[in-house]
Formats: sequence, C-alpha cells, structure tokens
Amino acid sequence: MDDTDQIVLSVDGLQVLIDVLTADGYRVIGPTVREKAIVYDDVASVADLPRGWTDEQDGGRYRLVRRDDSALFGFAVGASSWKQFLHRPVVKLWRARRSKNSWQVVPEVPPVERLAFIGVRACELEAIKLQDQVLLEGEHPDSHYQARRDNVFVVAVNCAVAGGTCFCVSMSTGPKAESGYDLALTEISDGEEGTVFVAEAGSGRGRSLLAKLPHRPASAADRQSAKAVSERTAASMGREMRSDDLHELLHRNLDHPHWDAVAQRCLTCGNCTMVCPTCFCTTVEDASDLTGKEASRTRRWDSCFTIDFSYLHGGSVRTSGGARYRQWLTHKLATWFDQFGTSGCVGCGRCITWCPVGIDITAEVEAIRDSEAD
Amino acid sequence: MAAKINKPRLAVWKFASCDGCQLSLLDCEDELLAVAGALDIAYFPEATRGAVKGRYDLSLVEGSITTRADAARILEVRQRSRALVTIGACATAGGIQALRNFADVREFMSVVYARPEFIDALATSTPIADHVHVDFELRGCPISKRQLIEVISSYLAGRRPVTPGHSVCVECKLASNVCVTVAHGTPCLGPVTQAGCGAICPAYNRGCYGCYGPMETPNATSLTDRLRQLGMDDSAIQRIYRSFNAEAPAFRNQGQRRGS
Repeated sequence: MDDTDQIVLSVDGLQVLIDVLTADGYRVIGPTVREKAIVYDDVASVADLPRGWTDEQDGGRYRLVRRDDSALFGFAVGASSWKQFLHRPVVKLWRARRSKNSWQVVPEVPPVERLAFIGVRACELEAIKLQDQVLLEGEHPDSHYQARRDNVFVVAVNCAVAGGTCFCVSMSTGPKAESGYDLALTEISDGEEGTVFVAEAGSGRGRSLLAKLPHRPASAADRQSAKAVSERTAASMGREMRSDDLHELLHRNLDHPHWDAVAQRCLTCGNCTMVCPTCFCTTVEDASDLTGKEASRTRRWDSCFTIDFSYLHGGSVRTSGGARYRQWLTHKLATWFDQFGTSGCVGCGRCITWCPVGIDITAEVEAIRDSEAD
Repeated sequence: MAAKINKPRLAVWKFASCDGCQLSLLDCEDELLAVAGALDIAYFPEATRGAVKGRYDLSLVEGSITTRADAARILEVRQRSRALVTIGACATAGGIQALRNFADVREFMSVVYARPEFIDALATSTPIADHVHVDFELRGCPISKRQLIEVISSYLAGRRPVTPGHSVCVECKLASNVCVTVAHGTPCLGPVTQAGCGAICPAYNRGCYGCYGPMETPNATSLTDRLRQLGMDDSAIQRIYRSFNAEAPAFRNQGQRRGS
C-alpha cells in the first residue's frame, strides 16, 4: 500500500471505528486505566481510552502521570500484553466422566470469540508473529490459540512516545508498525483540528472498514507529521541493546560468573516470563473430584523460574536462580535463534519494568559483553 | 442393596491454633456432603464428639506444638495415622504463636497470668514436622478451601495434590492484577510467598502479607533490599516477616537482619 492510501480520522471517526467493529460482532479490547496503570481490557468508546495519560517506566517502577495534552495513545506499552487474550493464562483442555468401568473424555471446544485489538504497538505485532510461529507453525498447532487468532482484527497504533524501558529500535521491531495489522493509526495530538489519526490499511478487510469511516484524504503535511512522530519516538528509546552478536556472545558465556551475580537479586518470582509477550510455556494440571467420577485437565502459563518447570525424575535440573535466569535470557536472546531462526525478544521492556527488583535484560547483557572487553 | 464399602477413616486433630483451618473443612458447604460420602469422618471434635480410638487412614493436623503434653500427643496421632497431613501456618511453620521463639515466654507468663505457675508451656512453638514425619503440608493462614478439597480429592485418587510452590506473583499475573509494588510502590511479600490464596490482597491493592509462607526458592534477602528502597525501616521489615510464618526459615532470617 502506498502513501496515497493514507487518510485522516478524527476522534469521532475512531468512535465510529469502535462502533462498526462492535456491530460486526467483535469484542473490542484496547488500552484503559485500571489500578493506576494502563491495561488492555474491554472498551466501549473513546472515553474508555487513557486520554491525557502517560506512563513513566523504569526498572521495577511504573507510574501513571498526566500529560499536558489530550492524547489518547500517549504512552508506551500496557502492563500486560495481548498474549492474555490469544494464549490464555488458564485453559480447560478436557473433562472426563467415569461410567461403570470406562472413562468418557470430552475435549473442551475452543470458544469462537471475535476479538478486535485497538492500539497494538509495533513490538507487540512482532510478538504476536513470534507466538504464531511457535504455537501454529509446528506439527501440532494449538487449537485454542488458533481459534482465537483466526478471529482477531488488529488496529495498530504507531508509538508517539517511547517508554523508559523500551528498546524496540535495538531489536528492529518498531516503533512503526510495518505489517501484521488490519489498520494502523498514527496519532497527531492537539493540532489545528484537535487530535487526529493518520490511518492506513494493512489488509483487505482493513481497507473496506476504513471506507466506512468518516474521513478526509491525508495531505502531504499529514503524512509528514505521521512520519515525524515515528522518527521522534525512534530517537527517544529509554534503553538500547546491541543485538547483532547476541547468539554468539551468550553461547560463549554460559559459565559466566555474572549469572550468579544476577541471581543475588533475582527473586525467581516469574514476573518477567508472565509479562513477556513472547514467553509461551505452559504446564498442565489434572484434577479429580471427591467422588472419583469426574476428572479434568487444565493448561496454564508456567515459567522457567519455577522448580516444577524443569522437574525430571527425581528433581529439578535447574535448582539455582542463576541457572534459571540464564535459561530464560539465553532462550530469549540466543537459543530462540537455534529453535525458531529469530530472536525471541521484541524490546517491549516489560520484563524490566515489571521485575519487582528491576533486573534489566539490557544491562545484564551489557555486563557480560563488557567483561569480554576487559 | 449395594455391598457396604469401607470408606477411609478421616481424623481432624487440633494443637495450638485458632481453629480457623479445621473450620475451613466445615466451611466447604457445597462439598461437605461429598467429603462425608467419600470419607468416614471418625474424629473431628470441632464437628462432633468422638473418642480417640482406633486407627485413621487420613489425619489432618492443625496447630503447632507448644506444650509437653502436645509433644507427646502428636506422637500418638502419628502412630494412629496412615497418612498425616498438616494444615495451616501453625502446623507447618509454628504460627503466630511462634513469635515467642524470639522472646522469653516466662516473662510473658509473668505479665499475663496472675498465677503463672499453673501454665505449662514450652519455650517455643514449633511445626508438626519438627516432631513427627509429615506426609504433606498444606500452607496458609487460613488454608484455602479449594486447596483442602484438592488435598482430600488427590488422597482419594492416589495422586499428588496440585498445590504449586511458586510465588504469589504468578497468581497475580494469571488474574491480570496490576503489580502493587511496581505500579504503586506498595511493599508486598508476594515474590517470596507461596501461591495458593489466589493473590487476594494484591487484587484489592494491598501488599501480600505472606500468609502461605516462603515460596519454593525464596530470595528474601533481595526482596528485603527492595522493601528498604520502598521506605521500610528495620522495625517495619521485622514486622512484615514476623507474622503467621515468622518461624519459617526464609522469613525468620529476614526478621533478624539488621541494616543494609
């Protein structure tokens, strides 16, 4: 799609977008303020969006603060990712009922729910692509993920601010959405016409939906403003991490003393893996009732920071915090290449912000790299 | 008429405790009939009057050991029980009454009781596992109904109970709770505390109080450094660790730390 397909939507036009999606049977999910943070949840109107809010993010610290304008998307990524809607935290897989001497197993049918995501950032689009690869492209596609993924309408928003822990530029995943969306918006806040969005379609259904919205064509000046937003954001990343040598660097340093230095601080609580938009590991839990007539199996997110995660016969093979942090970081940044041909990190910065003690993936990698220079 | 099946005999024992955990069993209103259907509730003074006779297939033990008489009685309970499961922070970690372990219990007695010579208490409150072999420990102050039913159901099915040893943080994230420490600066023991409660307090914007005791691999030293950054002084840190699970080693050590 070339630049001439860009159009300009007003805030009212964005409301029409939400209305049209809702009328089409979509459950519309977008950023909203809850418990002093921006989370992704149901939105019925633009009034539910975090108008005039932004976020300050740093290692182990997140604060919602007022902006001096009325931008609707003037913040970085939300507290938890879109993973919660596609790769659900807890999924019932099957139930079984005992009848006389046999068991009747009934698989849970994945619910058919049409989801529309409003405000997906470039790094998050890349994260969804990575989860698609892991969960759908193997020999055994995940039917639950597939059922949800097949019915998603994605409205991307190009970031107008970089968060304090963002490093998408380092990972070549943002801040401008390149693909993987139905519509992409760039917010131009508080201009002469108030807040407007430069919009473009990334799919056929995006294009036909765009035509239904009240709009005007984008002028050269509008396109230039949108471009400037992404350039400004790219120039203000809160973090950076050299990423061209990670695979070799980390494979060379599997016995580096820095893993144990991180373990001094690491709580092994698992927060980094839970907030990571690409971490996909799960465990299954079996249940049986008091009568012994009913059983079920449930899948839930697991973390490589738990002891059970690496439990083989007789015990866990990664008992130390250092071994577990190394497993997580080297999988994300190095062995993901061996397994899937790409990096598993999209630079969203959530693992830094939401680590209760602020362990910083970019700083830990840098410490290992620096030690080689000594 | 169907042949009579011998149901496993269940006993519920009380030691030094508030009764809250064994009441969790009575509180299982929806499941109580099923429990009674699957097990012969043979000894449960809180619910019935019955004699300490015979042997029991499954004993649930509430409370800690705080007297010489109880130290002897738990040996008898162990002998009468095929499987012994401790329930709650008192039984698994010594409970709130283990605060005496950090003080002089005789001094307390002299202040509280007019005739302290009538009181026969040990100097310490200790978990059941310090005295006899325990087959399974169910954490919590109080325990969760859901987990209690899970322990009984798994016992009946001959499988391992699903009571993960990971942090409360995992439960917060599964429930999409916003982290109270990161987003609000609220001190929280969640990262070092075992899951099981469903992250109730953070769901209501409170920090975790550590009711379920230390998680499987607690790094309380690191969390304590963070609590200091959040403004807690030595005395506040001692208080937050010294509650229901004060005697659990990972929490006890932090309660004794001084300065940073």
